[in-house]
Amino acid sequence: MIRLSIPMRQALARLTLPVLIAAAFGLMLLGKADTLLAEHARTALADALAPIYAVMARPLDHAHQALDNARRVLTVFEDNARLRQENERLRHWQAVALALDAENATLKSNLNWIPDPQASYVTARVVADAGGVYARSVLLAAGPSHHITKGQIALDDRGLVGRVTEVGTRSVRVLLITDINSRVPVTLEGSRARAMLMGTNGPRPRLMHWPEGVQPAEGERVVTSAEADAFPPGLLVGTVHYNASNVPEVQPAARLDRLEVVRLFDYGLRGVLPPEATMLRPPERRR
Amino acid sequence: MSERGIDNAGRGIRRPGIRPRPSLWRRLDVSARIAFPAASTALLLLMMAAPLGLTGQAALQAAVGLACVFFWSLYRPASMPPMAVFLLGLLADLLSDAPVGVAVLTLLVLHGMAMRWRRVLARQGFLVVWLVFSGLALGAALLEWLLTAALTFRLLPPGPAIFLGVLAAGLYPVLAVPLIRAHQTLAEPDHA
Repeated sequence: MIRLSIPMRQALARLTLPVLIAAAFGLMLLGKADTLLAEHARTALADALAPIYAVMARPLDHAHQALDNARRVLTVFEDNARLRQENERLRHWQAVALALDAENATLKSNLNWIPDPQASYVTARVVADAGGVYARSVLLAAGPSHHITKGQIALDDRGLVGRVTEVGTRSVRVLLITDINSRVPVTLEGSRARAMLMGTNGPRPRLMHWPEGVQPAEGERVVTSAEADAFPPGLLVGTVHYNASNVPEVQPAARLDRLEVVRLFDYGLRGVLPPEATMLRPPERRR
Repeated sequence: MSERGIDNAGRGIRRPGIRPRPSLWRRLDVSARIAFPAASTALLLLMMAAPLGLTGQAALQAAVGLACVFFWSLYRPASMPPMAVFLLGLLADLLSDAPVGVAVLTLLVLHGMAMRWRRVLARQGFLVVWLVFSGLALGAALLEWLLTAALTFRLLPPGPAIFLGVLAAGLYPVLAVPLIRAHQTLAEPDHA
């Protein structure tokens, strides 16, 4: 240990804070200049934490379910009546769907339709809400020998969740479609018009850039489009909903606020490559 | 808030008296007590990133970070040195998707403010300290919002920043109860 005189030591102690503040600015610049470095650090931390959080997630899920069940007991009669009605309606729709399915199969066989390739998928548990205050993403726990790659599509049981943006050895980060940096090419199912879905960090992403002469209708289904080769066509994203200021937004079909398990599909799409693969081109803006 | 055993620079005063021999266990005990504020804050940050399923958990995590760093910088600065604040900020940044360095700078500025005013503030009652923290938390949330917007080249909605500031101000009294208790017992090296 170096012995310093007391005034010297006091001066050094006073200097620590300004030096560290300068270091914080340096860190910001470094994080901006070398996005991969920040990503590696973040992935390393996530890899260390994901197994711990995965262990914690199970009992927490059980606790949440128990709470939900307790709440549902109170409304069991109303729920039952509502579900009976809904069941009647769904039975009708099931008949329609089966008829259409049969008709579709006949038409496809008559046309020698080439079927879409079946996508392989893996299922992973959501272990943490990893976005922070100004971003929307989730952390998944993955086994040490997973084959998940960047750009794979995350779906829950109802609809589109997002895309894989960071892959570690034990953890995977998925950018949700509600994140402010998320852009999803979509098709309005009714009018078959193309549009872009832009995240706002709010619960409902905004619909933009639809062609002139088409107006998104309230309640219209929105599915992904294969434009830009980033998503496969036809995945359900949500339904159009006009907000109070009459801007069309999309109510996501996936339950993004309470994701527990998601499926990661590998459609083999390489339309939007991660920045390290496109160093020669100006890199896609990412954080 | 008692000021027992801390001088103005935040160092423990060596009071006269008979002291037990500094055995290994005793020294370990003392160092654990000195490390308690920074370690407990880090643990709280990690816990707040766990899948608890709370609404607004990300804002809650940031608010806990602000409140803890402010409290310990004010009442036990020897145990919350700038280096510890820097590392806590880095942890908070890496746990979220925010650009690296934003929480680091915000927490360091908060720490610097608390250090600058601690001579006056530490003598005030709880209400004054709370009011000052509320102002500082709102400022810190706005600084974080500005930095994030500047670093991501995006105009972010200001709602979350205001929510974070208000949440931190509301959280402080709730958090202060266990922190004051810990300040007088667990984090007190003289109790070793």
